[in-house]
Amino acid sequence: MSANPQHTPYHPRWYRAPMPIFWWVRRWIHARFILRELTSIFVAGYALVYLLQLRALGMGPEAYGRFLELLQSPLSISLHGISLVFVMYHSITWFNLAPRALSLRLGGRRVPDKVIAGLNFAAWAGMSAALLWVTLTG
Amino acid sequence: MAVESLAGNVSETPATGQTVTLEVFRYRPEEETEPVYQAYEVPVHKDWVVLDALNHIKDHLDGTLSYRWSCRMGVCGSCGMMVNGDARLTCATFVESLLPGPIRVEPLENFPVVRDLVIEMTDFMEKLESVKPWIIRDEEKPLEDGEYLQTPAQLADFEQFSMCINCLLCYAACPVYGLEPGFTGPAVIALAQRYNLDSRDQGAGERNAVLDTDEGIWQCTLVGECSEVCPKDVDPAAAIQRYKVSSTLQWYRNLLMPWSSK
Ligand code: SF4
Ligand code: FES
Repeated sequence: MSANPQHTPYHPRWYRAPMPIFWWVRRWIHARFILRELTSIFVAGYALVYLLQLRALGMGPEAYGRFLELLQSPLSISLHGISLVFVMYHSITWFNLAPRALSLRLGGRRVPDKVIAGLNFAAWAGMSAALLWVTLTG
Repeated sequence: MAVESLAGNVSETPATGQTVTLEVFRYRPEEETEPVYQAYEVPVHKDWVVLDALNHIKDHLDGTLSYRWSCRMGVCGSCGMMVNGDARLTCATFVESLLPGPIRVEPLENFPVVRDLVIEMTDFMEKLESVKPWIIRDEEKPLEDGEYLQTPAQLADFEQFSMCINCLLCYAACPVYGLEPGFTGPAVIALAQRYNLDSRDQGAGERNAVLDTDEGIWQCTLVGECSEVCPKDVDPAAAIQRYKVSSTLQWYRNLLMPWSSK
């Protein structure tokens, strides 16, 4: 006797579990991944601000001055603060993933993952320092 | 008889006197449309793995429970299940590490369930075949010329990717595969790389036709969970990312030097 009207002998009915919309909250690693994807919005935000700044620069000193003033508003500063946190998260996780994409060999041995990630971090720190130096002394 | 004595050996490891509850996913298509969880109280033996506990259920409590296993030593790749939500080889997951329980055992996620803990894996088999996981030569050299030789360094290039036991834990862990069932998926791409990176192989172009596509490598968003769950350290995430890098380079090469493409 079959309690399941869908079932016919020898032709099994497969059960397919639906994937819930909030599948990514069930596991920390997936939540972390979604968070990382979301940080892209802030990365894009930074790029947008930069483009707008270039546009203001092209429109002459007066427009540029107004733009700079806008950047100094408390709203803009707090938004920048939030973006910084997300962009840092994005960069750090990105550099940690770098060894996945890059397999270097030196003298027949694979360069360890830590070294590859480390070189990325070092380059990041170096460039940030150079930028800071240019900004502060310029 | 031989089978019984084998089973006997396993349960002879000393019982600890404790018991643990296994909450097992049951789906019997002739009886139910929705799966149910059935609880079994199982004695804890020293050094028992989850598979031993399932075998105890099958042998002593409920012979109707269905699941796959074979080698009991992490080689055949048939005993993959979700244990407390993680994709694991049940023959390599110790009960004692999960105490006091309960231990929830479910079929691998992202696959249709045939019955209880048994999943349907034809999709994987077809995808695997589509990337031609064997050595392809433009032209075979005559037998008299001997083997295709390979240095240890050339072996090291792909050896890691050849360790795959087709256990499908990486598919169960991949949300992209769950959302986009057309995605070729981690193990198949790693196995394609196993041949692409083999110095004796010349089939990369043929495999590219399948892999350098949206449903091939490009649907991967680098969640990275496949490499976390892989019991053989295949690191399929790395295989996919390196594939992306090399196919991007190839794209630029073809763009800048169209005459160099074959
Ligand atoms: S790549 Fe690893 S997790 Fe995936 S099927 Fe192969 S052995 Fe299993
Ligand atoms: S039974 Fe073979 S891998 Fe677990």
